[in-house]
Amino acid sequence: MNGDFLFIGLAGVLASAGPLVFASIGEAITERAGITNLSMNGLILLSAMSGFAAALSTGSLALGFLAGALIGGLVSGIVAFSSITLRQSQVAVGFVLTLLCRDLSYFLGNPIMGKPGPRLSATPLPALGEIRYLGPFLFSHDIMTYASFALIALAWLFIYKTRPGLVLRGLGERPAAAYARGANVNRLRYLYTIAGGAIAGIAGPMYSLSIKAGWKGTITGLDGMGWIALAITIFGGWSPVRVALGAYLFAFLQWLGLVLQPSLPGVPSQVLQVAPFPLMILTLLFVNVGNAEWVSASLARLPERPRRTLARFLRAINVKPPAALGTPFEKD
Amino acid sequence: MTSSRAAKALFQAGAVVLALGLTAAVLAATGTRPFAAFASIASGAAGNWGVASDVVVAWVPLLLVTSGLLVTFTVGLWNIGIEGQITLGAVFATWALRSCEGSALSPALAIALAFAAGMAGGSLWAMLVGALKTFGGVNEIFGGLGMNYVATALNIWLIFGPWKRPGIASMSGTLPFDKAYWLPTLNEQSRLAPVAAGAAVLAIVLVFLLVQGTYFGLKLKAVGKNPKAAFLLGVPTWQYMMASFAICGALAGVAGAVQVTAVYHRLIPSISSGYGYLGLMVAMLVNFSAALAAPVALFFAALNVGAIQLPITLKLDSALAGVLQGTLVLFVLLAEGLRGRLMGKKGGKA
Repeated sequence: MNGDFLFIGLAGVLASAGPLVFASIGEAITERAGITNLSMNGLILLSAMSGFAAALSTGSLALGFLAGALIGGLVSGIVAFSSITLRQSQVAVGFVLTLLCRDLSYFLGNPIMGKPGPRLSATPLPALGEIRYLGPFLFSHDIMTYASFALIALAWLFIYKTRPGLVLRGLGERPAAAYARGANVNRLRYLYTIAGGAIAGIAGPMYSLSIKAGWKGTITGLDGMGWIALAITIFGGWSPVRVALGAYLFAFLQWLGLVLQPSLPGVPSQVLQVAPFPLMILTLLFVNVGNAEWVSASLARLPERPRRTLARFLRAINVKPPAALGTPFEKD
Repeated sequence: MTSSRAAKALFQAGAVVLALGLTAAVLAATGTRPFAAFASIASGAAGNWGVASDVVVAWVPLLLVTSGLLVTFTVGLWNIGIEGQITLGAVFATWALRSCEGSALSPALAIALAFAAGMAGGSLWAMLVGALKTFGGVNEIFGGLGMNYVATALNIWLIFGPWKRPGIASMSGTLPFDKAYWLPTLNEQSRLAPVAAGAAVLAIVLVFLLVQGTYFGLKLKAVGKNPKAAFLLGVPTWQYMMASFAICGALAGVAGAVQVTAVYHRLIPSISSGYGYLGLMVAMLVNFSAALAAPVALFFAALNVGAIQLPITLKLDSALAGVLQGTLVLFVLLAEGLRGRLMGKKGGKA
C-alpha cells in the first residue's frame, strides 16, 4: 500500500466524518444546556432532503446549506417549545419527531428522488494543498469540511474559554445556580436547543450536496446516522474535541470496513453496513461501565496495584452527563 | 371533574384537527388535493373485504407489540429495541419450523413450538438490552437501537447464508414452509389467522389486568414512577425492569412468529416492518393506558394499509401514513402540554 493511497483514504475519512462532527457537536451544545434533542436522526434526513431540494431549485449551494440549518433549527424549536414551555417528555417528543421527519423527508422528497443536482467541489488551498501527503490529507477538502475543522476549535473555545460558554455549562449542570447569577435559564435553553439543531442541520446537506450527493429516498443510506451522532455525543463526554475524535474514529472504522470488504467475501455487504451499530453499543458500554455498581464492587475485591490502575483507566474513559440533562427548570 | 374531562376531549379533538390540517397543508404543498389523498387512504383501508381483512392482519402484530410496550412503559423504560425483538421472534420461529419440517412431529405441535421459540427469541433480545442497561450503564434507547440493527444483520445473514433458497439467495426471503406448517387462516386467500387475532386480544387484556389488577403490576408502576423510592422501599428495581423487558420481548416475539407462520410463511429481510416503532407511537397516543390501545392500533393499521395504494392512485409516497401518524402523536403531546399549562396542572415527567 503506497503512502499517497493511504493519505487520500484518510482524507476521505476526515471528509466523511464532517456531518457527524456537525451533528454531534450541535447535539453536545444542546445537551450542555440541559436538553436532549432525540430527533437527530429524522432532523438529518429532513435537512438532507430539504438542502438538496433548495440547491436543486435555486442552483445555489449556499442556499442548500442554509435550508438545512433552517430545518434543523425549526425541528429543534419544536423540541424546545414542547419540553421547555409545555413540560412534555423530551424523549417522547424527540422520538415522534425523528419518525415524523423521516417520513416527511421520504414523502416530500419523492419528486426529486434520483435527480442529478449540484455538488460541492473540493477547494484545495493554494500552496498548502501541494505539500506531499499532508496536502491531500488536510488541505484539499471542500469548504464545508474546512468548516467542520473550524467548528471543533470554535465550539471548544466557546464552551471552555468564554463567559457565555461558562453559563452554557451551568445551564446543564446547575441551572438554579445559573439562574441565581442572572441567567434566563429557559430563554437560553431555547437559544442553545435551536442553535445546536441548526448546526446539526448542516449535517444533512453535507451528505446530500457533497458526500453522497443527491436524494435517493429510503436507500440514501443516511437512516441511522443521527443515532450514531447521538451516541458519539455521549462517547465524547459532551466535549467538542473528544466528540470530534469519536466521529473520526467512527469514520475511520467504517473506511477500514470498506477497505477490508474484498478480503471478507463470506460477509454480505448488508452485514458490514450495520457494523457501526454494535460498535456504538460497545463504545457506550466502554464509557459507561465504570458507573455500574458491580464494577466498583468487584474492583474493591482486587489487590491494591491492579485495582488502582484499573480504577484510573475507568475514570479516564468514563463520562458523566450534565447533571441536569433532561430535567425541566422551574424558578420557585 | 366533568369539566376537566370535557376540556381534555376538546384539546385532543383540537390536536386531531390540527394534525389533519397540517397533513392537508403538506399535501397541498405537493400539489395534491388533500381530500383525494384521504379518500384514497379510506378506500384503500375499507373499500372491500380484502383490504379490510389486511387491516386486521396489520393490526395483530401492532397490538401485540403495543401490549408489550405498555409493560415496559409502566416501569419507565423506552424499549426502542422492540423492532429487533420482533425480528428475533421471527428468526427463532423460523428456526423451530425449519427443524420440525420433515420430522415426525405433528404440524400443530410444530407451530406451537415455533410460537414458544419466537417468544424465547424476543425475550432473549430484550433481556440483552436490559442487561446492557443494568450492568453496563448503556441507556436502553441506544442499546435497543443498536440491537435492532444487529438483529437486521443477523436476519439478512441467515437469509443469504445458512437459510438461503436452494439455488440463489434473494431479498424475497427463505423458501416458504410446507403448507401444513402455515397457521390456519380464514380461507385459502386470506392471511388473517383467527388464532393470531385471538392472541393479540388476549395479550392486551392480560397486560391490562397485569398492570391494573396485580401486586406485580403495582410494583412495576412504583418502579416507573420513582425507581429510587421503590428501591428504598425494598422493590428490587433491576429485576422488575428485566421482567418487563422479558414480557415485552416475548410479546414482540409472538408478533414475529405470527408474521412468519401466518402472513409471509417464510423469513423475509424486513420482517418487523416497522411495527415496533409504530407500536411506540400508539402507546404514546393512548397515553400509555391499555384501554384505548386496541382501537387506536386498528386506526394506525388502517392508515398503513390504506396508504399502500397511494403510489398507484395518486403517485404519492406511502410515507404519507407515517406523516399523518407522526403529526397526530406530536399534536396530541403538544395539546396535552398546553392543557397542563393553561389549566394550572403541574407538568409531567421530563
